[in-house]
Amino acid sequence: MALLTATKVGHHFDGLCAVADFNLELHYGDLMGVIGPNGAGKTTVFNLITGVYRATEGSICFKGTELVGKKPNQIAALHIGRTFQNIRLFRDLSVLDNVRIAHHAQINYTPLEGLLHLGRYRREEQRVIDNSRLLLAIFKLEHLAGETAKNLPYGLQRRLEIARALAISPELLLLDEPAAGMNPNEIDQLMDLIQWIRQEFKLTILLIEHQMKLVMGICERIKVLDFGVTLAEGPPKMIQNHPKVLEAYLGEIPDV
Amino acid sequence: MIVMLREQWDLLLEKPWLVPVLLVIGFGLAFVIPEYNLLSVYVQLILMYVGINIILAVSLNLVNGFMGEFSLAHAGFMAVGAYTSVLLTMKVLPMSDFPLLFPCAVFAGGLVAAFLGMIVAIPSFKVRGDYLAIITLAFLMIVKSMIENIDFIGGPRGISGIMKFTTLPWVFFWTVALVWMIRNFIYSKYGRGVLSIREDEIASDLMSVNTKQVKLFAFMLSSFCAGIAGALFAHLLQFISPRIFDITKSTDILIMVYLGGIASIGGSILGATLFTVLLELLRPSTMAALLSWLPSLIFDPLNEHFISHLGVWRMVIMPLALILVMLYCPRGMMGLREFRGFIPRRDREAHHYINPQEKDPHGAIDRH
Repeated sequence: MALLTATKVGHHFDGLCAVADFNLELHYGDLMGVIGPNGAGKTTVFNLITGVYRATEGSICFKGTELVGKKPNQIAALHIGRTFQNIRLFRDLSVLDNVRIAHHAQINYTPLEGLLHLGRYRREEQRVIDNSRLLLAIFKLEHLAGETAKNLPYGLQRRLEIARALAISPELLLLDEPAAGMNPNEIDQLMDLIQWIRQEFKLTILLIEHQMKLVMGICERIKVLDFGVTLAEGPPKMIQNHPKVLEAYLGEIPDV
Repeated sequence: MIVMLREQWDLLLEKPWLVPVLLVIGFGLAFVIPEYNLLSVYVQLILMYVGINIILAVSLNLVNGFMGEFSLAHAGFMAVGAYTSVLLTMKVLPMSDFPLLFPCAVFAGGLVAAFLGMIVAIPSFKVRGDYLAIITLAFLMIVKSMIENIDFIGGPRGISGIMKFTTLPWVFFWTVALVWMIRNFIYSKYGRGVLSIREDEIASDLMSVNTKQVKLFAFMLSSFCAGIAGALFAHLLQFISPRIFDITKSTDILIMVYLGGIASIGGSILGATLFTVLLELLRPSTMAALLSWLPSLIFDPLNEHFISHLGVWRMVIMPLALILVMLYCPRGMMGLREFRGFIPRRDREAHHYINPQEKDPHGAIDRH
């Protein structure tokens, strides 16, 4: 059974077509890449899945639940996590708080218990702190727990964003250009990290990336978008030699 | 020497018995002071105003500081709480037989204000920043003109002859209870939601925070507290009219919040105290009474040329002080920082950034 199915999804901004006739099938444990030139609609696809935009056409199904029409926080509570192209941490809050906030939907106490610090409050808060520390330890950020997020170096901010996304204990993780701004060495580390968390957390991953090294290195399937339209889909080998893809990236290739 | 004192001080702050002991002492004093007139009636009055202003400042800080919105409606919520409770104590409840019904009337004032807070929260789902500020301003104007046009509650003349039910112990009780509740709220999942909304609302929504619910709770709690403060205020002043609860009242509370520092409970307590006490000190009669120990050689010219003119300068000196604070310390006295004692033990590390010694290397007052 598919984990996520998108059928004939389309989105228009006041007549401007951002994505059209988008189909996607993700199975449990898949690691799929979405590539395409800037403005191809890759991030729009992420925003449609996570509910930032509401798809104007089609349906998106996650484990049998229709996502179109749901609010972003409801979708996140269904365990779909994501990161952002331009890092969107809670900059003035501590590293630990950044991770703790993403537990919001999993914390079970009523507002009254929160107001009076009674009942389940203590147990739940302790559980969340322990889990957050565990995540920070996995991402080697534990010693920075009390640091303000904006003071972290760029690479660590990227890592913290992934840690925060994992705090909602996702089954599907959407990574939006995780390697943006990284040097080749850091990209190697990131590739290892992605593969490791995929196994460790039993994740299904969909990622957008421009770094071909990363996409071709770890993705099992790749989807190519251009002007909101799917050009091709298949394993990396096939995509590398696909004429339409080369055309989109390099311009039209004259017949020789 | 100073280091040692500091260590001792930190150790003292760590003691678990400190807060209960202070509360008991405070409560004891609140009962004893009026009973035996340990302080003059005037000073007692100021103390009660300080308490009420602390409630107002801390609750407004929840919306303006912690959530990063800009609400001007606080005086409106105060008015609603004041009028509700006054109607109850004067027309409904048999207060002469059961004076202990007073807290019920105060609580009812808070509840009605919280209900209106819920109504104000609804536009905040769609609107942010300056636009929401204008909506809250409109709300304040609606409340004021509604009261002015209902003859049953005195219209623009207001209500006089209210019984003085507000006493020092009651003010102390409500201040402690409400500040404690707001502090608890901030250090719960809802409070962290409020902070994340200030930082980045979309990211917060995508990290599973139910932003609508969190905003609703924050607005309701804030207006509930304002309603209670209004009820206490009405039964202390013994006279209310719509003019008392206009935009200047909201501005006063804003000054307390920004003077003390945004997103800081301790800051709001300091700000409210300082504002109330300073404003009183700048009264000619208070200043004259305070300086009367000086020899008449000094006192008489001082009184003639300076003190007797203070009434005119009072409202210049306070805003001037505010301008200076904003210029040289734009986050207020304790902006984004907190007294260690207010932070629950398990939250201390996460709030390392609130460490008072820490200088902000980036000068990042970027958003406030």
